[in-house]
Amino acid sequence: MLRFLAGRFAVLIPTFLGVALVAFAFIRLLPGDPVMLMSGERVMSDERHAEIMKSLGYDKPLSIQFVDYLGDIVTGDLGNSVVTKRPILDDFFKLFPATLELSICAIFLAVFLGIPAGVLAAVRRGSWIDQSLMGTALVGYSMPIFWWGLLLIILFSGILQWTPVSGRISLMYYFPAHTGFMLIDSLLSGQPGAFKSALSHLILPTIVLCTIPLAVIARQTRSAMLEVLGEDYVRTARSKGLSPRRVIGVHALRNALIPVVTTIGLQVGVLLAGAILTETIFSWPGIGKWMVDAVFKRDYPVVQGGLLLIAGIIMIVNLAVDLLYGLINPRIRH
Amino acid sequence: MALLEIKNLTVSFDTVTGPFAAVDGVDLTVDGREILSIVGESGSGKSVSMLAVMGLLPPSATVTADVMRFDGNDMLSMTAKQKRTIIGRDIAMIFQEPMSSLNPCFTVGFQIGEMLRRHTDLDRKARRTRAIELLDAVGIPSPQQRLSAFPHQLSGGMSQRVMIAMATSCRPKLLIADEPTTALDVTIQAQILDLLRDLCADRDMALVLITHDMGVVAQMAHRVQVQYAGQRVEEQAVRELFSDPHHPYTSALLSALPERATGRGHLPSIAGMVPGQHGRPTGCLFEPRCQFATDICRRGAERQDAALGHALCNHPLVNGVATRMEVGA
Repeated sequence: MLRFLAGRFAVLIPTFLGVALVAFAFIRLLPGDPVMLMSGERVMSDERHAEIMKSLGYDKPLSIQFVDYLGDIVTGDLGNSVVTKRPILDDFFKLFPATLELSICAIFLAVFLGIPAGVLAAVRRGSWIDQSLMGTALVGYSMPIFWWGLLLIILFSGILQWTPVSGRISLMYYFPAHTGFMLIDSLLSGQPGAFKSALSHLILPTIVLCTIPLAVIARQTRSAMLEVLGEDYVRTARSKGLSPRRVIGVHALRNALIPVVTTIGLQVGVLLAGAILTETIFSWPGIGKWMVDAVFKRDYPVVQGGLLLIAGIIMIVNLAVDLLYGLINPRIRH
Repeated sequence: MALLEIKNLTVSFDTVTGPFAAVDGVDLTVDGREILSIVGESGSGKSVSMLAVMGLLPPSATVTADVMRFDGNDMLSMTAKQKRTIIGRDIAMIFQEPMSSLNPCFTVGFQIGEMLRRHTDLDRKARRTRAIELLDAVGIPSPQQRLSAFPHQLSGGMSQRVMIAMATSCRPKLLIADEPTTALDVTIQAQILDLLRDLCADRDMALVLITHDMGVVAQMAHRVQVQYAGQRVEEQAVRELFSDPHHPYTSALLSALPERATGRGHLPSIAGMVPGQHGRPTGCLFEPRCQFATDICRRGAERQDAALGHALCNHPLVNGVATRMEVGA
């Protein structure tokens, strides 16, 4: 087990280097630089521009900049934002709970709707239930997130006025952030209506963010179940006189979950990428929106640092999924 | 009274090209403590008829029968839920592929315990004790440790022993064994067959042994039912069947046994194949492969009485000679 973990961690190092390089290179491929965008409409002399660039270290050759950057990473310093001057790690950990809260809600919704939907579709294979579930899943999977989000806003916030348009909570409420999770903090604050407000702000972004993972999980569960339902051990389970519910829910599902868990792990990456769009649409103050803003301002260190941190999270989640895989699949454990 | 009595069982499958009768009007009886062997080539409907009794066929199968009684209960009028209280407890089944018949995600102890929990009132501790006894009874060494083993840690023979322990855990009156040794090597095969025979004797259990191996039949069965293309073509006590087969198909099967091949040349075989869904003969289904066939056989086959082994044949053999040839002449 220790060997396995050590091996997995060893693979993380080159992956991190690759992510750092890509993050470093891509943001510099964009036209413009942070100083030019900060000066905006004001005319800035070339000398002044060069001076500021030099003070930020952006006059050096790219290779030197990259090596310097790697050196900083190794010492745990992701640098400060060029725009706000605040340390990147501080901003990240302040904004990350918002993204985490949204992502957790979305993945839970996707898992708790997707797995039963997939099981139902597999058990009723070929029926109208199967066809409508899988048809819906295909539509959900193909839906452009930004367009889907806007449609929901127009309907539920605009026409029906059931949910707020943006943000995490109504401006009426103010309370200290103990955990960073608005649902928990609003409950802790004891202010009447605060939890309801936080919840109503969360609904639409959660639906939008969970759409693709939900579709993928439902489809994967269906195909895994169909495969497993034809296995000999399912017939054995039925020959024991067990109820169909137990045969499907215990004997078949337990085996079908093995590939589904892998899929769920992969969806975390999709979720964080989707969070960038979702947070932008709903003005959700999380790391997705933070990153998009940074790209528009050519805030090099924020984009680099943010990408590195997100990549790190995805890698850790994948590692966790691999460990979980061993837990649910005895053939790997032993 | 017979333990299991089936009359005119037909199982047909919906296929893309229309319905296909895998089992076609089969009668079958099993008495208590009897070992009945069902023999036939692949595709003769041996397994399907027993899966129909167990209710394990896929939804694409349609099962009809005039009579299906088990231990005095009419299984045709039972709901699926009522049937599930009998399945596993009074009739249990083991299968051809022991390795894939156990669920890879659960321990041996869990899978046996689950059967006991479904059909008995034993508490957790009693179930564990019982599971250890059962594993011990089927000859698994250090049964206590085996409880926490996963199926992939067991060999094929061990897996089949676990399957037998599980199937017999609620002391069934009837065990159906669907080619239980086909996937195992020969030494293990003999051990498993001995075990099955001992269990039947010790526990007053009847056994339906589905096989295509006449050697296994000779070793195990009290009575034999021969099936061909979904039909019962002959049924006799084992000794009589081997000494005087009445249906040409049975006779051909027996002469294809390596032990019986007298000539120095090659082993006799039956030319042709079991008819499938298409190109089914209109008369006797064995007619295209039968050396005794006459014109009358192309119109149908007559069922003989018990003295001639219920043979479904116009010209049943007596001591290897086709009788009543004048009917077809």
